[in-house]
Amino acid sequence: MDRMPRWADIVLVPLINLVLAFFVSGLVVLSIGENPVEAMQIMLRGSVGSATAWGYTLFHATNFIFTGLAVAVAFHARMFNIGGEGQALVGGLGAALVALSVPWPHWALALPATILGAALFGAAWAAIPAWLQARRGSHIVITTIMFNFIAAALLVYLLVNVIKVPGSMAPETARFPEGAHLPSAHDMLGWIGIPYSKSPPVNISFLLAILASVGVWALIWRTRLGFAIRAFGHSEPAAVYAGISPTRIIMAAMLISGGLAGLMAVNTVVGEGERLVIDHVQGAGFVGIAVALMGRSHPFGVFLAAVLFGMLYQGGVELQFEMPAVSREMILVIQALVILFTGALDNMVRIPMENLFLGLRRRRKGKA
Amino acid sequence: MDFATILQILDSTLRLAAPLLLACLAGLFSERSGIFDIGLEGKMLASAFFSAAVAAVTGSVWLGLLAGTAASLVLALIHGLASITFRGNQLISGVAINFLASGLTAFIGQSWFGLGGQTPALSGDGRFARLELPFAETLSGVPVIGPVYAELISGHTLLVYIAVLAVPATWWVLFRTRFGLRLRAVGENPAAVDTAGVSVTGQRYWAVMICGLLCGLAGAYLATGMAAGFVRDMTAGKGYIALAALIFSKWRPWYALWACLLFGLLEAIGIRYQNIDVAGIGTIPVQFMQALPYILTVVILAGFVGRAIPPRAGGQPYVKER
Repeated sequence: MDRMPRWADIVLVPLINLVLAFFVSGLVVLSIGENPVEAMQIMLRGSVGSATAWGYTLFHATNFIFTGLAVAVAFHARMFNIGGEGQALVGGLGAALVALSVPWPHWALALPATILGAALFGAAWAAIPAWLQARRGSHIVITTIMFNFIAAALLVYLLVNVIKVPGSMAPETARFPEGAHLPSAHDMLGWIGIPYSKSPPVNISFLLAILASVGVWALIWRTRLGFAIRAFGHSEPAAVYAGISPTRIIMAAMLISGGLAGLMAVNTVVGEGERLVIDHVQGAGFVGIAVALMGRSHPFGVFLAAVLFGMLYQGGVELQFEMPAVSREMILVIQALVILFTGALDNMVRIPMENLFLGLRRRRKGKA
Repeated sequence: MDFATILQILDSTLRLAAPLLLACLAGLFSERSGIFDIGLEGKMLASAFFSAAVAAVTGSVWLGLLAGTAASLVLALIHGLASITFRGNQLISGVAINFLASGLTAFIGQSWFGLGGQTPALSGDGRFARLELPFAETLSGVPVIGPVYAELISGHTLLVYIAVLAVPATWWVLFRTRFGLRLRAVGENPAAVDTAGVSVTGQRYWAVMICGLLCGLAGAYLATGMAAGFVRDMTAGKGYIALAALIFSKWRPWYALWACLLFGLLEAIGIRYQNIDVAGIGTIPVQFMQALPYILTVVILAGFVGRAIPPRAGGQPYVKER
């Protein structure tokens, strides 16, 4: 018997956790003598108050959808992929190499090619920790953390010594050819005759992110592999008994996870930057953890959580302009509190709620 | 490379290894009791900030140390609540603590001092002074031993000596006391300890709090001993290197000393020589030296060079049977 109705499990408890996280964040703002309600209003106005603001919000959200899905897929196989940051970094390398290797004639050709490059490199970076987990029993959390640092060092080395523009001081690659520039929201809305500002960096990758969400949903709940991944995540002995190979599942889940994290680079490196810079990920790999936890590893939940975090990031930028005392790092605090309450302290809310619902049910039975 | 250069490199090795060692031993206590802790970084960072901030305001490094350690203990308590009392995921809790520390220190730093997240530079009593050991001056004339004593062993701040002394202390507590036996036991087989009438919860809280204390010392050393103030994200992955050292040392105190000294040496060499030319092989880039601790840890984890086996009950919340 379930202890709680389904709606309480997937909506009420996460919502209470979220409210708690924001409440504590509000206390933090209050502690430095600023008004949290006002701060919230500024953030809302800055992130969703205008069409242009939405453009920035959805740009950030695109990153978080990819990294959130990456963490979520691994969660389904009961693995904690902390390495989204490194996988996205290396994915950027793949995307950049593809974009620079051919003088692309049209973005319609460059897009699938860079998608492939980003996903393959991201997946490859996840492959080693996955293999070590599957075959050597090395803890995936530790190895993926280590691989984040190795990826960062590798990228700095390559950008400083190997693939930067000769003669240039800046550690970045050359600008991608014109044909590899992805259509931005300005271009795409222009096709259907809607005027839109040129400045927001949101681009066609946002649609790709939506596709990826649908794809992950179909993979997890509508395919044999997805079933195997979930079965393995629920109980490894049961999965083995059913003839599912743990090595195969670990590898598959982690390759998909790494590939999704790598795809983030299509948005940042190909879509926005149009060149590879030192740190195009900017912590989005870690935001993915918060997003996946908040979205309860369901693609739709991940999507909503990613948009919420996109709002936080964009709102945070506005906030530091209008309230100089509140620095941008406030977002990191909110992010940490969301991870803490929805991830680590989940039982703090869940257990009392379960008891509450059990009590309600007993009373109803007693009456009947 | 002459003798003086070698001494200088070893000297900075010791200085760089000290915070790693304190954090590594912190992790050792926690993980030996079955509580994984990837929040070493965050606890160090919180302590670094609060120690520097309080030392800057009061001018006393001791009050700073107290405040830093208290901040680290608060985070340790949160980790304990999440992973022991509420039986949450210890890794997720650690991640949250790292972000919390990174965000809060920068946020509070900006609002208190307005220096872009830094604290004002510390001087005088706001920092830990270097201790000149007795006879360092007189002995420095003696060949070999004199310079080694005067340069390498003498002239560090108090916390460096505490870090080194913490190694035998940790060994003694863990392997020669009843407390240590129980602590290790809850990390291997908590049900057995519970059956013997010892509180698993209490034992694990003790371990987590000791971890907080040692991380506090490590962070305070970073900001008030090694540097003269706090800068944003100044731990820069040291907590993770300490974690790597912990695995590298297979969760043993004496091995931890050697692992931290090795990683400290790598860092010292990386700082002194940006790129190293090796005859016949080519140039070793500085980034490789920076990544080497992580690469070595992955190799050790892979079990190709001696297998690292974590405490058996590590990462699993203990549920008493009902």
